[in-house]
Amino acid sequence: MGDLITMDDLTNEEILQVLDNARSLLPVAKGDVYLPLLQGKVLGNLFFENSTRTRMSFETAMKRLGGEVLNLSSIGSSVAKGETLYDTMQMVDGYADIAVIRHPNQGAAQYSADAVEIPILNGGDGAGNHPTQTMLDLFTIREAHGSLEGLNVMMVGDLRYGRTTHSLSHALVRFGAKITLVSPESLRMPDEIVSDLISHGGEINETEEMSLSIDSADVIYMTRIQKERFPDEDEYIQVAGIYKLTEDDLSGAKAGMIVMHPLPRVNELDASVDSTKHARYFQQAFNGVPTRMALLCRSLGVKIPKKVNK
Amino acid sequence: MSEMRRVTAICNGTAIDHIPSGHALQVLKMLRLDVGRSNPISMVMNVPSGKMGRKDVLKIEDRELNQEELDRLALIAPKASVAIIRNYHVAEKRTIELGTELINIVRCSFSNCITQNPREPLPHKLKIISAEPMKIRCFYCGKNQNIDEIVDYII
Repeated sequence: MGDLITMDDLTNEEILQVLDNARSLLPVAKGDVYLPLLQGKVLGNLFFENSTRTRMSFETAMKRLGGEVLNLSSIGSSVAKGETLYDTMQMVDGYADIAVIRHPNQGAAQYSADAVEIPILNGGDGAGNHPTQTMLDLFTIREAHGSLEGLNVMMVGDLRYGRTTHSLSHALVRFGAKITLVSPESLRMPDEIVSDLISHGGEINETEEMSLSIDSADVIYMTRIQKERFPDEDEYIQVAGIYKLTEDDLSGAKAGMIVMHPLPRVNELDASVDSTKHARYFQQAFNGVPTRMALLCRSLGVKIPKKVNK
Repeated sequence: MSEMRRVTAICNGTAIDHIPSGHALQVLKMLRLDVGRSNPISMVMNVPSGKMGRKDVLKIEDRELNQEELDRLALIAPKASVAIIRNYHVAEKRTIELGTELINIVRCSFSNCITQNPREPLPHKLKIISAEPMKIRCFYCGKNQNIDEIVDYII
Protein backbone atom coordinates (compact mmCIF):
# COMPACT_ATOMS: atom_id res chain seq x y z
CA MET A 1 0.00 0.00 0.00
CA GLY A 2 2.86 2.36 0.76
CA ASP A 3 4.77 1.42 -2.41
CA LEU A 4 5.52 4.00 -5.07
CA ILE A 5 6.59 2.20 -8.24
CA THR A 6 4.96 4.25 -10.99
CA MET A 7 2.81 7.38 -10.97
CA ASP A 8 -0.23 5.11 -11.28
CA ASP A 9 0.22 4.41 -7.57
CA LEU A 10 -0.94 7.95 -6.73
CA THR A 11 -4.26 9.59 -7.54
CA ASN A 12 -4.27 13.27 -8.52
CA GLU A 13 -5.62 14.09 -5.05
CA GLU A 14 -2.80 12.13 -3.42
CA ILE A 15 -0.23 13.90 -5.59
CA LEU A 16 -1.54 17.29 -4.49
CA GLN A 17 -1.65 16.15 -0.85
CA VAL A 18 2.00 15.05 -0.99
CA LEU A 19 2.96 18.38 -2.60
CA ASP A 20 1.09 20.31 0.12
CA ASN A 21 2.90 18.26 2.75
CA ALA A 22 6.23 18.89 1.04
CA ARG A 23 5.57 22.60 1.21
CA SER A 24 4.79 22.35 4.95
CA LEU A 25 8.08 20.55 5.44
CA LEU A 26 10.22 23.19 3.71
CA PRO A 27 11.63 24.65 6.98
CA VAL A 28 12.59 21.11 8.06
CA ALA A 29 14.18 20.40 4.67
CA LYS A 30 16.26 23.56 4.99
CA GLY A 31 17.41 22.56 8.45
CA ASP A 32 15.71 25.53 10.14
CA VAL A 33 13.46 23.24 12.19
CA TYR A 34 14.16 19.76 13.56
CA LEU A 35 11.04 17.62 13.34
CA PRO A 36 11.78 13.99 14.27
CA LEU A 37 8.65 12.46 12.75
CA LEU A 38 10.57 9.37 11.62
CA GLN A 39 12.65 8.81 14.75
CA GLY A 40 13.35 5.11 15.20
CA LYS A 41 12.68 4.33 11.55
CA VAL A 42 15.33 2.98 9.19
CA LEU A 43 15.52 3.65 5.43
CA GLY A 44 17.35 1.17 3.21
CA ASN A 45 19.02 3.17 0.45
CA LEU A 46 19.64 0.53 -2.22
CA PHE A 47 21.56 1.89 -5.15
CA PHE A 48 22.62 -0.68 -7.71
CA GLU A 49 23.35 2.13 -10.15
CA ASN A 50 25.07 5.53 -9.80
CA SER A 51 23.21 8.36 -8.14
CA THR A 52 24.03 11.73 -6.61
CA ARG A 53 20.79 13.60 -6.03
CA THR A 54 18.32 10.79 -5.42
CA ARG A 55 20.57 9.01 -2.95
CA MET A 56 21.70 12.13 -1.09
CA SER A 57 18.29 13.77 -0.95
CA PHE A 58 16.65 10.61 0.39
CA GLU A 59 19.38 10.39 3.02
CA THR A 60 18.99 14.05 3.96
CA ALA A 61 15.19 13.72 4.02
CA MET A 62 15.34 10.74 6.37
CA LYS A 63 17.95 12.30 8.67
CA ARG A 64 16.22 15.67 8.93
CA LEU A 65 13.12 13.78 10.09
CA GLY A 66 15.13 11.97 12.76
CA GLY A 67 15.39 8.62 10.96
CA GLU A 68 18.38 6.44 10.18
CA VAL A 69 19.75 5.31 6.81
CA LEU A 70 21.39 2.08 5.70
CA ASN A 71 23.28 2.36 2.42
CA LEU A 72 23.84 -0.52 0.07
CA SER A 73 25.49 -0.46 -3.32
CA SER A 74 26.23 -3.34 -5.65
CA ILE A 75 29.97 -2.83 -5.23
CA GLY A 76 31.16 -4.30 -1.95
CA SER A 77 27.98 -6.24 -1.24
CA SER A 78 26.80 -9.76 -2.00
CA VAL A 79 25.22 -8.45 -5.19
CA ALA A 80 28.75 -8.50 -6.63
CA LYS A 81 28.92 -12.19 -5.66
CA GLY A 82 25.84 -12.95 -7.76
CA GLU A 83 23.12 -12.72 -5.12
CA THR A 84 19.66 -12.43 -6.65
CA LEU A 85 17.64 -9.29 -6.12
CA TYR A 86 15.03 -11.44 -4.38
CA ASP A 87 17.52 -12.68 -1.80
CA THR A 88 19.01 -9.23 -1.23
CA MET A 89 15.52 -7.87 -0.65
CA GLN A 90 14.78 -10.54 1.96
CA MET A 91 17.70 -9.13 4.00
CA VAL A 92 16.53 -5.57 3.54
CA ASP A 93 13.04 -6.60 4.66
CA GLY A 94 14.55 -7.57 7.97
CA TYR A 95 16.90 -4.62 8.41
CA ALA A 96 14.86 -1.60 7.28
CA ASP A 97 11.35 -0.17 7.66
CA ILE A 98 11.22 1.22 4.11
CA ALA A 99 13.54 1.08 1.11
CA VAL A 100 14.31 3.09 -1.98
CA ILE A 101 15.78 1.12 -4.85
CA ARG A 102 17.62 2.20 -7.98
CA HIS A 103 18.50 -0.60 -10.34
CA PRO A 104 19.74 -0.91 -13.94
CA ASN A 105 17.07 -3.49 -14.79
CA GLN A 106 13.62 -2.28 -15.71
CA GLY A 107 10.93 -3.69 -13.42
CA ALA A 108 13.33 -4.13 -10.48
CA ALA A 109 11.31 -1.87 -8.18
CA GLN A 110 8.01 -3.70 -8.77
CA TYR A 111 9.86 -6.99 -8.40
CA SER A 112 11.29 -5.84 -5.06
CA ALA A 113 7.88 -4.68 -3.88
CA ASP A 114 6.50 -8.15 -4.65
CA ALA A 115 9.40 -9.76 -2.79
CA VAL A 116 9.04 -7.96 0.56
CA GLU A 117 6.59 -6.60 3.13
CA ILE A 118 8.14 -3.16 3.68
CA PRO A 119 7.16 -0.23 1.43
CA ILE A 120 9.33 0.21 -1.67
CA LEU A 121 9.99 3.51 -3.40
CA ASN A 122 11.24 3.34 -6.97
CA GLY A 123 14.37 5.47 -7.27
CA GLY A 124 14.73 4.66 -11.00
CA ASP A 125 14.56 1.28 -12.71
CA GLY A 126 16.55 1.10 -15.95
CA ALA A 127 14.77 3.17 -18.56
CA GLY A 128 11.46 2.58 -16.77
CA ASN A 129 10.12 4.96 -14.16
CA HIS A 130 11.36 7.47 -11.62
CA PRO A 131 8.25 8.60 -9.72
CA THR A 132 9.97 10.31 -6.78
CA GLN A 133 11.78 12.50 -9.31
CA THR A 134 8.41 13.23 -10.88
CA MET A 135 7.02 14.31 -7.53
CA LEU A 136 9.85 16.79 -7.00
CA ASP A 137 9.43 17.96 -10.60
CA LEU A 138 5.72 18.52 -9.98
CA PHE A 139 6.55 20.35 -6.75
CA THR A 140 8.92 22.64 -8.67
CA ILE A 141 6.37 23.30 -11.41
CA ARG A 142 3.55 23.99 -8.94
CA GLU A 143 5.68 26.35 -6.86
CA ALA A 144 6.55 28.29 -10.03
CA HIS A 145 3.15 28.34 -11.74
CA GLY A 146 0.83 28.03 -8.74
CA SER A 147 -0.95 25.05 -10.32
CA LEU A 148 -0.35 21.95 -12.37
CA GLU A 149 -3.37 22.45 -14.60
CA GLY A 150 -3.21 22.90 -18.35
CA LEU A 151 0.47 23.74 -18.77
CA ASN A 152 2.47 23.73 -21.98
CA VAL A 153 5.46 21.49 -21.33
CA MET A 154 8.37 20.75 -23.64
CA MET A 155 10.49 17.69 -22.95
CA VAL A 156 13.78 17.63 -24.80
CA GLY A 157 16.51 15.06 -25.37
CA ASP A 158 16.60 11.36 -24.63
CA LEU A 159 12.96 10.45 -24.32
CA ARG A 160 13.55 6.81 -25.14
CA TYR A 161 15.75 5.89 -22.20
CA GLY A 162 14.96 8.94 -20.03
CA ARG A 163 12.87 7.50 -17.20
CA THR A 164 12.26 10.94 -15.65
CA THR A 165 10.30 12.03 -18.72
CA HIS A 166 8.36 8.76 -18.77
CA SER A 167 7.01 9.27 -15.26
CA LEU A 168 6.59 13.04 -15.56
CA SER A 169 4.62 12.92 -18.81
CA HIS A 170 2.28 10.31 -17.28
CA ALA A 171 1.57 12.62 -14.37
CA LEU A 172 1.25 15.83 -16.37
CA VAL A 173 -1.35 14.56 -18.84
CA ARG A 174 -3.56 13.74 -15.85
CA PHE A 175 -3.51 17.46 -15.10
CA GLY A 176 -4.36 18.42 -18.68
CA ALA A 177 -0.89 19.37 -19.89
CA LYS A 178 -0.06 19.84 -23.56
CA ILE A 179 3.25 18.09 -24.09
CA THR A 180 5.74 18.65 -26.88
CA LEU A 181 8.22 15.80 -27.12
CA VAL A 182 11.47 16.91 -28.76
CA SER A 183 13.96 14.20 -29.62
CA PRO A 184 15.90 12.70 -32.49
CA GLU A 185 14.02 9.86 -34.20
CA SER A 186 16.19 7.21 -32.53
CA LEU A 187 15.40 8.54 -29.03
CA ARG A 188 11.63 8.99 -29.39
CA MET A 189 9.40 8.30 -26.42
CA PRO A 190 8.50 4.56 -26.48
CA ASP A 191 5.26 3.81 -28.33
CA GLU A 192 3.54 2.22 -25.35
CA ILE A 193 4.08 5.41 -23.34
CA VAL A 194 2.88 7.72 -26.11
CA SER A 195 -0.25 5.59 -26.60
CA ASP A 196 -0.88 5.63 -22.83
CA LEU A 197 -0.53 9.42 -22.76
CA ILE A 198 -2.99 9.80 -25.62
CA SER A 199 -5.45 7.37 -24.05
CA HIS A 200 -5.34 9.49 -20.88
CA GLY A 201 -6.48 12.46 -22.99
CA GLY A 202 -3.03 13.98 -23.42
CA GLU A 203 -2.36 16.41 -26.24
CA ILE A 204 0.99 15.19 -27.52
CA ASN A 205 3.13 16.69 -30.23
CA GLU A 206 6.32 14.93 -31.35
CA THR A 207 9.07 16.81 -33.17
CA GLU A 208 12.82 16.84 -33.73
CA GLU A 209 12.97 20.63 -33.72
CA MET A 210 13.52 22.36 -30.36
CA SER A 211 13.44 26.06 -31.21
CA LEU A 212 9.87 26.31 -32.56
CA SER A 213 8.13 25.50 -29.27
CA ILE A 214 10.24 27.53 -26.83
CA ASP A 215 8.19 30.73 -26.95
CA SER A 216 4.89 29.04 -26.08
CA ALA A 217 6.27 26.80 -23.32
CA ASP A 218 5.52 27.15 -19.59
CA VAL A 219 8.16 24.55 -18.78
CA ILE A 220 11.18 23.36 -20.74
CA TYR A 221 12.37 20.06 -19.34
CA MET A 222 15.84 19.28 -20.69
CA THR A 223 17.39 15.83 -20.37
CA ARG A 224 20.83 14.42 -20.96
CA ILE A 225 21.51 11.97 -23.77
CA GLN A 226 22.51 9.06 -21.56
CA LYS A 227 25.63 7.43 -22.91
CA GLU A 228 25.38 4.55 -20.43
CA ARG A 229 22.02 3.38 -21.83
CA PHE A 230 23.15 2.98 -25.45
CA PRO A 231 23.87 -0.59 -26.49
CA ASP A 232 26.35 0.71 -29.06
CA GLU A 233 28.66 3.72 -28.85
CA ASP A 234 28.32 4.65 -32.56
CA GLU A 235 24.61 5.15 -32.03
CA TYR A 236 25.40 7.46 -29.10
CA ILE A 237 27.90 9.52 -31.09
CA GLN A 238 25.29 10.15 -33.80
CA VAL A 239 22.94 11.93 -31.40
CA ALA A 240 25.24 13.30 -28.67
CA GLY A 241 25.17 17.07 -28.61
CA ILE A 242 22.13 17.33 -30.88
CA TYR A 243 20.36 19.82 -28.58
CA LYS A 244 21.92 22.68 -26.68
CA LEU A 245 19.77 25.25 -24.89
CA THR A 246 21.49 28.61 -24.37
CA GLU A 247 20.46 31.98 -22.95
CA ASP A 248 19.98 33.30 -26.52
CA ASP A 249 17.35 30.66 -27.26
CA LEU A 250 15.22 32.08 -24.44
CA SER A 251 14.91 35.65 -25.75
CA GLY A 252 11.26 35.14 -26.80
CA ALA A 253 10.25 32.90 -23.90
CA LYS A 254 7.31 33.69 -21.59
CA ALA A 255 8.37 35.63 -18.51
CA GLY A 256 7.23 32.88 -16.14
CA MET A 257 8.64 29.98 -18.16
CA ILE A 258 10.97 27.74 -16.17
CA VAL A 259 13.84 25.59 -17.40
CA MET A 260 14.22 22.31 -15.56
CA HIS A 261 16.70 19.42 -15.78
CA PRO A 262 16.90 16.28 -13.63
CA LEU A 263 20.71 16.64 -13.77
CA PRO A 264 23.48 15.75 -14.28
CA ARG A 265 23.83 17.86 -17.42
CA VAL A 266 26.54 17.58 -20.03
CA ASN A 267 26.23 19.89 -23.07
CA GLU A 268 22.49 20.12 -23.56
CA LEU A 269 21.99 22.94 -21.05
CA ASP A 270 24.50 25.73 -21.38
CA ALA A 271 25.83 27.44 -18.25
CA SER A 272 24.65 30.76 -19.74
CA VAL A 273 21.09 29.76 -18.76
CA ASP A 274 22.07 29.52 -15.07
CA SER A 275 21.92 33.25 -14.47
CA THR A 276 18.55 33.77 -16.21
CA LYS A 277 15.26 34.10 -14.32
CA HIS A 278 14.14 30.92 -16.05
CA ALA A 279 16.73 28.56 -14.52
CA ARG A 280 15.11 26.33 -11.90
CA TYR A 281 17.21 23.14 -11.96
CA PHE A 282 19.28 23.69 -8.84
CA GLN A 283 16.14 24.63 -6.91
CA GLN A 284 14.56 21.53 -8.43
CA ALA A 285 17.38 19.37 -7.05
CA PHE A 286 16.88 20.84 -3.57
CA ASN A 287 13.14 20.20 -3.84
CA GLY A 288 13.97 16.51 -3.71
CA VAL A 289 14.41 16.87 0.04
CA PRO A 290 10.96 18.17 1.12
CA THR A 291 9.20 16.04 -1.51
CA ARG A 292 10.97 12.85 -0.46
CA MET A 293 10.28 13.71 3.19
CA ALA A 294 6.58 13.86 2.37
CA LEU A 295 6.78 10.59 0.41
CA LEU A 296 8.63 8.78 3.22
CA CYS A 297 5.97 9.91 5.70
CA ARG A 298 3.17 8.84 3.37
CA SER A 299 4.61 5.37 2.88
CA LEU A 300 5.22 4.92 6.60
CA GLY A 301 1.76 6.21 7.51
CA VAL A 302 3.11 9.18 9.48
CA LYS A 303 0.95 12.32 9.59
CA ILE A 304 2.53 15.65 8.77
CA PRO A 305 1.38 18.72 10.71
CA LYS A 306 -0.22 21.35 8.43
CA LYS A 307 1.95 24.04 9.83
CA VAL A 308 5.53 23.55 10.91
CA ASN A 309 6.63 26.39 13.15
CA LYS A 310 10.18 27.63 13.52
CA MET B 1 -16.22 -31.30 -48.74
CA SER B 2 -16.53 -30.42 -45.06
CA GLU B 3 -13.26 -29.74 -43.30
CA MET B 4 -14.08 -32.31 -40.60
CA ARG B 5 -13.94 -35.05 -43.23
CA ARG B 6 -10.39 -34.17 -44.16
CA VAL B 7 -9.22 -36.04 -41.05
CA THR B 8 -10.78 -39.10 -39.51
CA ALA B 9 -12.88 -38.85 -36.38
CA ILE B 10 -10.94 -39.55 -33.19
CA CYS B 11 -12.04 -42.01 -30.54
CA ASN B 12 -10.80 -40.10 -27.49
CA GLY B 13 -9.05 -36.76 -27.10
CA THR B 14 -9.53 -33.09 -27.84
CA ALA B 15 -10.69 -31.31 -31.01
CA ILE B 16 -9.85 -27.65 -31.41
CA ASP B 17 -11.85 -25.93 -34.13
CA HIS B 18 -11.89 -22.33 -35.38
CA ILE B 19 -8.18 -21.65 -34.96
CA PRO B 20 -7.24 -18.59 -37.01
CA SER B 21 -5.94 -19.68 -40.37
CA GLY B 22 -2.23 -20.49 -40.34
CA HIS B 23 -1.92 -20.58 -36.55
CA ALA B 24 -2.24 -24.31 -35.82
CA LEU B 25 1.50 -24.82 -35.48
CA GLN B 26 1.69 -21.93 -33.03
CA VAL B 27 -1.13 -23.49 -31.04
CA LEU B 28 0.79 -26.76 -30.81
CA LYS B 29 3.84 -24.89 -29.62
CA MET B 30 1.83 -22.88 -27.11
CA LEU B 31 0.35 -26.10 -25.73
CA ARG B 32 3.83 -27.63 -25.71
CA LEU B 33 2.57 -30.45 -27.90
CA ASP B 34 5.11 -29.82 -30.64
CA VAL B 35 7.97 -31.89 -29.23
CA GLY B 36 8.48 -34.96 -27.11
CA ARG B 37 4.89 -36.26 -27.23
CA SER B 38 3.63 -39.54 -28.59
CA ASN B 39 -0.05 -38.64 -28.97
CA PRO B 40 -1.21 -38.80 -32.56
CA ILE B 41 -2.15 -35.30 -33.73
CA SER B 42 -4.07 -34.44 -36.90
CA MET B 43 -4.01 -30.98 -38.30
CA VAL B 44 -5.77 -29.26 -41.15
CA MET B 45 -4.86 -25.76 -42.17
CA ASN B 46 -6.52 -23.05 -44.26
CA VAL B 47 -9.81 -24.88 -44.75
CA PRO B 48 -12.94 -22.87 -45.64
CA SER B 49 -15.03 -21.66 -42.72
CA GLY B 50 -18.43 -19.98 -42.71
CA LYS B 51 -17.51 -17.92 -39.64
CA MET B 52 -13.89 -17.11 -40.35
CA GLY B 53 -13.32 -17.39 -44.08
CA ARG B 54 -10.44 -19.79 -43.49
CA LYS B 55 -9.47 -21.65 -40.37
CA ASP B 56 -7.25 -24.37 -38.92
CA VAL B 57 -8.39 -27.44 -36.97
CA LEU B 58 -6.45 -29.70 -34.61
CA LYS B 59 -7.33 -33.11 -33.25
CA ILE B 60 -5.23 -34.46 -30.43
CA GLU B 61 -5.79 -38.10 -29.65
CA ASP B 62 -5.84 -39.63 -26.17
CA ARG B 63 -5.33 -36.33 -24.46
CA GLU B 64 -7.91 -34.14 -22.75
CA LEU B 65 -6.58 -30.63 -22.48
CA ASN B 66 -7.04 -29.08 -19.08
CA GLN B 67 -8.24 -25.56 -18.35
CA GLU B 68 -4.73 -24.16 -17.82
CA GLU B 69 -3.71 -25.40 -21.27
CA LEU B 70 -6.86 -23.93 -22.79
CA ASP B 71 -6.15 -20.59 -21.19
CA ARG B 72 -2.79 -20.56 -22.98
CA LEU B 73 -4.68 -21.14 -26.18
CA ALA B 74 -6.56 -17.91 -25.59
CA LEU B 75 -3.42 -15.96 -26.49
CA ILE B 76 -3.41 -17.23 -30.05
CA ALA B 77 -6.91 -18.47 -30.74
CA PRO B 78 -9.30 -16.71 -28.37
CA LYS B 79 -12.32 -17.69 -30.45
CA ALA B 80 -11.43 -21.36 -30.92
CA SER B 81 -14.01 -23.95 -29.92
CA VAL B 82 -12.81 -26.94 -27.95
CA ALA B 83 -14.53 -30.28 -27.65
CA ILE B 84 -13.49 -33.18 -25.47
CA ILE B 85 -14.15 -36.40 -27.38
CA ARG B 86 -14.90 -39.67 -25.63
CA ASN B 87 -15.82 -42.79 -27.58
CA TYR B 88 -16.27 -40.78 -30.81
CA HIS B 89 -18.78 -38.41 -29.22
CA VAL B 90 -18.49 -34.87 -27.95
CA ALA B 91 -18.53 -35.43 -24.21
CA GLU B 92 -17.85 -31.86 -23.18
CA LYS B 93 -17.45 -28.44 -24.74
CA ARG B 94 -14.87 -26.27 -23.05
CA THR B 95 -14.57 -22.53 -23.22
CA ILE B 96 -11.37 -20.60 -23.60
CA GLU B 97 -10.94 -17.78 -21.19
CA LEU B 98 -8.56 -14.93 -21.47
CA GLY B 99 -8.00 -13.80 -17.90
CA THR B 100 -6.49 -10.54 -16.77
CA GLU B 101 -2.98 -11.85 -16.20
CA LEU B 102 -0.66 -14.66 -17.26
CA ILE B 103 1.35 -16.16 -14.45
CA ASN B 104 4.31 -18.35 -15.41
CA ILE B 105 2.89 -18.97 -18.87
CA VAL B 106 4.99 -16.56 -20.92
CA ARG B 107 8.28 -14.76 -20.17
CA CYS B 108 8.77 -11.07 -20.83
CA SER B 109 10.74 -10.61 -24.06
CA PHE B 110 12.46 -7.36 -23.06
CA SER B 111 16.19 -7.96 -22.67
CA ASN B 112 16.63 -5.50 -19.77
CA CYS B 113 13.67 -6.72 -17.70
CA ILE B 114 14.53 -7.88 -14.18
CA THR B 115 12.82 -11.23 -14.91
CA GLN B 116 15.50 -12.08 -17.52
CA ASN B 117 17.75 -13.37 -14.73
CA PRO B 118 16.78 -17.06 -14.65
CA ARG B 119 17.81 -17.28 -10.99
CA GLU B 120 15.24 -14.72 -9.85
CA PRO B 121 12.53 -16.86 -8.25
CA LEU B 122 9.32 -14.82 -8.48
CA PRO B 123 6.83 -15.95 -11.15
CA HIS B 124 6.75 -14.35 -14.58
CA LYS B 125 3.71 -12.12 -14.72
CA LEU B 126 2.15 -10.44 -17.74
CA LYS B 127 -0.98 -8.33 -17.78
CA ILE B 128 -3.65 -8.49 -20.47
CA ILE B 129 -4.27 -4.86 -21.36
CA SER B 130 -6.87 -5.55 -24.03
CA ALA B 131 -8.26 -8.61 -25.81
CA GLU B 132 -9.07 -6.99 -29.17
CA PRO B 133 -6.59 -6.07 -30.36
CA MET B 134 -4.57 -8.33 -28.07
CA LYS B 135 -2.22 -6.24 -25.95
CA ILE B 136 -0.03 -7.79 -23.31
CA ARG B 137 2.38 -5.98 -21.03
CA CYS B 138 4.97 -7.20 -18.54
CA PHE B 139 3.74 -6.57 -14.99
CA TYR B 140 7.26 -5.72 -13.85
CA CYS B 141 8.95 -3.69 -16.60
CA GLY B 142 5.78 -2.44 -18.33
CA LYS B 143 6.98 -3.32 -21.84
CA ASN B 144 4.39 -4.30 -24.45
CA GLN B 145 4.92 -7.81 -25.82
CA ASN B 146 4.94 -8.65 -29.51
CA ILE B 147 1.96 -10.99 -29.91
CA ASP B 148 3.32 -12.51 -33.12
CA GLU B 149 6.43 -13.68 -31.28
CA ILE B 150 4.82 -14.64 -28.00
CA VAL B 151 5.07 -18.38 -28.63
CA ASP B 152 8.85 -18.01 -28.60
CA TYR B 153 8.63 -16.94 -24.96
CA ILE B 154 6.37 -19.61 -23.51
CA ILE B 155 7.64 -21.23 -20.34
